Parts: sequence; C-alpha cells; structure tokens
Amino acid sequence: MYKIVDKQSYNQDVDWMVVEAPLVARNAKPGHFIILRVDKDGERIPLTIAGIDGDHVVIIYQKMGYSTKLLGEKNIGDTIEDFVGPLGQAAHIRDKQHVVGVAGGVGSAPLLPQLKAYKEQGSNVSVILGARSKDYVILTQEYEAFCDHVYVTTDDGSAGQKGLVTDALNPLLDNDETIDHVIAIGPVIMMKFVAAMAKKHNRSIDVSLNPIMIDGTGMCGNCRVTIDDKTYFACIDGPDFPGENVDFDELMSRQNFYKDEEHACKLRLNKQ
Amino acid sequence: MKNLKPRLKVREQDALERNHNFLEVALGYNLEEARQEALRCIDCKNPRCVQACPVRVKIPAFIKLLLENALDEAFETIYEDNILPSICGRVCPQESQCEGACILGIKAEPVNVGALERFVGDYGMEKDLADKPVPASNGIKIAVVGSGPAGLANAASLRRKGYDVTIFEALHDYGGVLKYGIPDFRLPKDIVTNEIDNLKKMGVTFVKNAVIGKSITIEQLKEEGFESIFIGSGAGLPSSLGIPGENLSGVYFANEFLTRVNLMKARAVPDSLTPIKLGDNVAVVGGGNVAMDAARTAKRLGAKNVFILYRRDRKSLPARLDEIHHAEEEGIDLRLLQNPVELIGEDRIVKQVKIEKMKLGEPDSSGRQRPLPTGEYTTYDIDNIIISIGQKPNPIIKDNTAGLDTQPWGGIITDEYQMTSVDGVFAGGDVVTGAATVILAMGAGKDAAHHMDEYIKNNHNRS
Ligand SMILES: Cc1cc2nc3c(=O)[nH]c(=O)nc-3n(C[C@H](O)[C@H](O)[C@H](O)COP(=O)(O)OP(=O)(O)OC[C@H]3O[C@@H](n4cnc5c(N)ncnc54)[C@H](O)[C@@H]3O)c2cc1C
Ligand SMILES: Cc1cc2nc3c(=O)[nH]c(=O)nc-3n(C[C@H](O)[C@H](O)[C@H](O)COP(=O)(O)OP(=O)(O)OC[C@H]3O[C@@H](n4cnc5c(N)ncnc54)[C@H](O)[C@@H]3O)c2cc1C
Ligand code: SF4
Ligand code: SF4
Ligand code: FES
Repeated sequence: MYKIVDKQSYNQDVDWMVVEAPLVARNAKPGHFIILRVDKDGERIPLTIAGIDGDHVVIIYQKMGYSTKLLGEKNIGDTIEDFVGPLGQAAHIRDKQHVVGVAGGVGSAPLLPQLKAYKEQGSNVSVILGARSKDYVILTQEYEAFCDHVYVTTDDGSAGQKGLVTDALNPLLDNDETIDHVIAIGPVIMMKFVAAMAKKHNRSIDVSLNPIMIDGTGMCGNCRVTIDDKTYFACIDGPDFPGENVDFDELMSRQNFYKDEEHACKLRLNKQ
Repeated sequence: MKNLKPRLKVREQDALERNHNFLEVALGYNLEEARQEALRCIDCKNPRCVQACPVRVKIPAFIKLLLENALDEAFETIYEDNILPSICGRVCPQESQCEGACILGIKAEPVNVGALERFVGDYGMEKDLADKPVPASNGIKIAVVGSGPAGLANAASLRRKGYDVTIFEALHDYGGVLKYGIPDFRLPKDIVTNEIDNLKKMGVTFVKNAVIGKSITIEQLKEEGFESIFIGSGAGLPSSLGIPGENLSGVYFANEFLTRVNLMKARAVPDSLTPIKLGDNVAVVGGGNVAMDAARTAKRLGAKNVFILYRRDRKSLPARLDEIHHAEEEGIDLRLLQNPVELIGEDRIVKQVKIEKMKLGEPDSSGRQRPLPTGEYTTYDIDNIIISIGQKPNPIIKDNTAGLDTQPWGGIITDEYQMTSVDGVFAGGDVVTGAATVILAMGAGKDAAHHMDEYIKNNHNRS
C-alpha cells in the first residue's frame, strides 16, 4: 500500500498528488513513469513521474475515465494499492542550444522535469502551454520560474493566444534560428502536427508516446508502436522517442480500440 | 505383464460443457482410482521413469507408499525432489519425460505418473504437509528476482538452509507464468496461491511492485547487504512474426491476451476494467502450450470459430499431448502446415490473415522436418489473431547491470555453478534457457540454491 501524502486540484479535471513510494523515488529520472492500481482488481494505468522529493513521487493526472476518476476520489492519508516504477527509459537530454517544449493539456506535467533538465545543462528553453481554456492551463508559474519564454494558447482565447499550439510554434520556428530542438507532449493528434511542423522546419523533435499499457515491463506487447517501419515497445524502449517518423495514426487507432469498453466503465462510474 | 490392465482414464469435465467455463478440465483421480492406477507400476529395479524426470522424483518409491496407504510418506518422498507436485502433476509434459520413458510404454500404455503425482500433491496440500518447521534465520540476506517457479524453488531451498530470503516481483501478484499465463482450466490459481502462502509461512519475504534493474539495481541489492542474488526473471518478451500488419488493432500477443484474462480477470466481462475484445473468428499462431491455452481461452470467452495455424505437421506440435487432445475435443480447428505471411486490415483493424501452405523438407537443427514454402496461398476472415510463437527474456536486467553477459537473444549466460558473469549473482529458469518448462525452471532454482549456499560458505572460509 502506498500512502497519499499530499493532493491538490488544479481544476475540476486535473489533480496533483504526492505518493510515498521509496522504491520508485530511489532511481527515478525525468521521463520515467509509474504504473498504479487504485485498488484491488483495479486496472493498471501508467502516469508520468512529474517530480521527486525524497521518498515521495509527484503525479499529475487528468480524470479521463473510470480509473483516473477513482484515483481522484482518494484523499490525503488514503492509500493506493499498487504503485510500481520507475518504468521506461529516462528522457534523453540532447546537446541542444535552444529547446522549445510544447505541452498539450496535462502534457505540461511530464514536460516540466525534462525542460528543467535542459535548462540545468545550459540550454535556452521556451515553452508553449496549450489547453482548452484558461482553467486548464496548468503549471504556468513553475515554467515561468526557469523558462526564457512562456507562451500560452487556448482554444477559446480565455488565456494567452486564441488557437492551437502550432499557431504559436510556427512563427517561433520561422523567426528564431537558435531553436534547434522541439519536444512535444500531449494528445497524439497534437504531437502528430507538432512533429510534422518541426520536420518541415528542419528541427529535431522528441515526443512522448502513450499507448495502452498493462504490465510496463515488456511482457504483454500491448504498448507497441511503429517508428520508421520498426516496432518498439513504448514501456521499455520509450515512452520518449524521436518524433520524425512515428506512425501516429496507428497509435491513435490502437488507443481507440477499447473505446466502447472504456465507455462502459464510465457508465458504471455514473451509476455509482 | 500379461494381466496388465489398461491405463485408467482421468475423469474430465465434458468437452462441450467445459468450453464455456474456466473450471479445471481434468478432474484427477480419487484415492481408489489412484490405487488402481498405481497397481500397474511394476516397481522397476532400474526405473527409467526416474531418469527421465528432470528432478528425479523417486517415482516407484512414492507409488509403492501410495499402495501401502502411507500417503504422508508418499508426499514426503515426492517433496524431497519436487516442491510443486500439485503443479507439476498437472502441467509437466509427462509424455516426453517420466511417462515417455516408462517401461510399460513399450508394449502398452505408461503408468499415469502425472495424475498420481497430482493426487499425492493435492493430498499433501489439503493436509498442509509442506508446512514444516524451518531453521531460524542465520542473518545472511539473499535476494531472489522473480516469483515464477525458478524463484519460488530457489527461495524455498535457501530458506530451508537457514537464509533470510526476499523475493522481488515486478508485477502486483506472485507466481510468474503460473499466475498470468497458464489458465485456470489447466492450473487453478488457488493451487499457486497455496504454494506462495507456504513460502510466506516459512518466513520468505515477498516484495511486489519491485522491478529489479529499475526500482533497485542488482548493484544496489549488493550494497544493501544481499550476499547472493538469484535471477529467475523468466522469458516474458513475446517474439513477433515480423510480417506486415502485425500492429493492426485486434492483433494480440498471447501474453497480452492471457494476461488480460488471467491476471487482470477480463473474463469477468462486462465488469472487468481490463477487458478483452474478441470477435467470432479467432486465429492463433503457434503450436506450443501457449498457443493451445490461447485458443482454448478464446473459445471459453465465446469465440465461435477458433483455429490454430501451425507451420509444421501434427507430430511436431510442441504442446503437451493432453492439451492438443483437449483443444480438439473443445472444437479448436488445427490448420497444419500453414504459415501466416500477412495480416490484412480495414480501418487499421485486422480482418484477414493470408497464409502460405507449407510442406515438409529435411530435418533441421531441432531434429524436426523443416517446413518449406509451396508458393500456394489462402486467406481466412478473422476478427482477431493471437500470436504465440515464443518468448525471450526482457532486456531490463541486462540493460541495467554492468558486466552481465548475455546471449545474442537475451538469455543470461551462466557457468557450471549457475553463476553469471557478475560475482555472487546466479540465474536459472527461462531467463537462462529461453522458454522451457515449469519443472526445468523449478529444478534450476533448486540447484542454484545449492551452488549459492556453497558460494557463501566458501567465501566465509576465505575471509
Ligand atoms: C507512458 C505514459 C504516461 C502517461 N502519463 C500521464 C500523466 O502524467 N498524466 C495523465 O493524466 N495521463 C497520463 N497518461 C495517460 C493515462 O495513462 C490515461 O489517461 C489513463 O490510463 C486513463 O485511464 P481511465 O480509466 O481513467 O480512462 P479510460 O476511459 O479507461 O481511458 C481514457 C483514454 O486513456 C487511454 N488509456 C486507457 N487505459 C490505458 C492504459 N492502461 N494505459 C495507457 N492508456 C490508457 C486510452 O487512450 C483511452 O482512450 C500516460 C500514459 C502513458 C502510456
Ligand atoms: C501460456 C503458457 C503456458 C505454459 N504451459 C506450460 C505447461 O503446460 N507445462 C510446462 O512445464 N510449462 C509451461 N509453460 C512454460 C513455463 O510456465 C515456464 O517455463 C516457467 O514458468 C518458467 O519459470 P521461471 O521461473 O523461469 O519464469 P516465469 O514463470 O516467467 O517467472 C518470472 C517472474 O519474474 C518476474 N520478473 C521479470 N523481470 C523482473 C524484474 N526485472 N524484476 C522483478 N521481477 C521480474 C516476472 O514478472 C515473473 O513473475 C507455459 C508458459 C506459458 C506462457
Ligand atoms: S516432476 Fe514432472 S516429469 Fe518429474 S515425475 Fe513429476 S510429472 Fe513426471
Ligand atoms: S518405469 Fe513405469 S513401471 Fe517402471 S517404475 Fe517407472 S512408472 Fe513404474
Ligand atoms: S506495457 Fe506490456 S509490453 Fe509494454
């Protein structure tokens, strides 16, 4: 059992939670993730490690469906049944001069420790935080604390520039030649368009892939993704990969394969 | 041998009944049946069956005790060599081991050693005969990586020698393939749980959610004072066919399929949180136990047409004989000498499998006739395809342990004492041999315990 030692809500959909998990904290690095089961008979869901403090692990999650909503019902002092990690490969911090991070929604959580690592090695860092509306732009202050530039875009224009993250990225890539690397973390469709844009502008791009996972140890093969016509297991080879040649359409299809069943789970949640 | 009775058939659940449930197929012998079958053993002076058992269970000895109604002693006799009799009696490939060598098999049918072992094992389990006093801890810490049969056997042996043993398991439940792979209808999960509870009673410490190499590295285990380490992490990484269409939705590796159903209880649909999506027409690729398990599980989940694609002929099928028979009885169609060459999808969901018909050529390195392409193709309509063509060790420990030598395919290399290239670190089971059997993994865990004991004792002498 793993104790929840702190919890806050950013908005009605996104929570920040700190969990006591020494075996995860010990070797965790930016880019690693955990898999948790909220309670007995729960499903195994992957979440990125958003920070580490001693024996404590920070997660930031969006209440998408049954399991993340169930997690959201837990409070400080409650426990989580299973919490395993750190899983995956740590993010590969490349030797780059100026990095632009692009976050979609809750993707700003996993992006934060990576961009910090770039800053610490001496790169210039800028970030574009994209979200539905003002309430969903999270971690702005944390980014402002170390980034050279923080840009915000919202679908409805309630904060920052009205539009998509790519609307903010395009002029940056056009006008700032010092930018030599892009990192995109967020919904697959967003990563797909950001990757295409980076490629068009001849900048390298890393993305963080989020296929459905079960064990997270390379055993089930559910998490396979195609990059450059080769198959990788996102849980042991990733989740971060160079984004230039990822088959994003395949990833979307595989993510959606269980949509009906997940829908059924949500109905169950509503009934309770 | 003139009056030799035929081998007594084990009672089974009816095939058309059982292919809708997950209850055990083989019901086993009762005492009377066990004794009747035991009478067939002629108590050979040089028992060939024992030689053919990987852990040399003293078969005629336990059978004799069974006939003398000394069931406790029969259990002890098996237990000396095999700590998992209820499991091995059910899942060993007996026809190529003990029973395959039984002298009666030359002229008639061999003694049903497996069913007898199962009977005695279950008796012992019921009476808690494995619950024996163990020596107090000698304070020397041992770490065991993985809770499959190799790890369990290693931990049990070392605990009995007095060591302070901790098992680290990556998943949220213990037992390895016994829990997440082999389905209940062949190996009920309470048997596995019972074995794990026995180890807990002996004082073995279990730590779940600990991925060695990630959560703690082998080096960190050493720093924490574990004097010797056993790696029994198995061969979990599924092999792929390497044909177009393998990443279409609806294409599963057997591990994903079986894990969803067994470990994550997808069969409790619609309530399961980790469901499995299965249509009417399901193809399974492969001919081993894993393929049979996947096919029979698919049938039980309601698939109407389940067929197995295997590129060799019937006699080359590596699965246990019982499982092949059971699969056919349950309505699984074996399509032999057929090799999938392409998976065809619509909207990125698999719809068809294209196969090439094969013929047999000269024997290959495995001694089986090599399947050769014929240039003749067919396609079948499918809703799902389950790939079960083998497993390799996952790379987590290899990638995170400096100086650990491995085979090109990922297996850990060990010396004659089962020690790896890292001092004090031993290995055994599927992680060394590649996907093999429960009894071989168990035997390797037990043998390694002996070598680890020697290693620690010698070390102490030296210092
Ligand atoms: C490596 C990795 C890191 C992630 N990090 C974060 C994070 O930091 N914060 C965050 O909010 N989300 C993260 N996710 C996504 C998160 O795992 C899913 O939102 C969560 O599993 C949804 O579960 P649910 O039951 O609440 O919703 P559901 O209604 O079951 O699913 C909603 C969507 O989530 C995806 N999903 C469902 N089950 C799984 C599963 N077992 N594994 C992966 N995806 C699944 C599907 O695409 C589905 O359409 C990450 C995913 C991966 C693979
Ligand atoms: C579906 C199926 C059916 C089978 N049927 C039969 C049969 O009928 N008869 C038979 O004899 N054999 C059968 N086998 C094969 C048999 O199950 C295996 O040979 C045996 O389980 C191997 O034992 P093991 O202890 O080496 O590994 P496993 O049973 O694979 O156990 C390894 C354990 O280590 C854990 N692990 C892996 N990496 C780490 C890590 N880094 N840190 C911590 N823990 C880790 C895994 O999660 C797992 O629990 C079958 C296999 C499968 C998949
Ligand atoms: S352990 Fe397996 S091979 Fe050995 S006697 Fe028992 S059933 Fe036969
Ligand atoms: S070989 Fe057969 S008959 Fe002989 S001892 Fe073994 S089981 Fe009995
Ligand atoms: S999640 Fe199972 S192999 Fe990656």
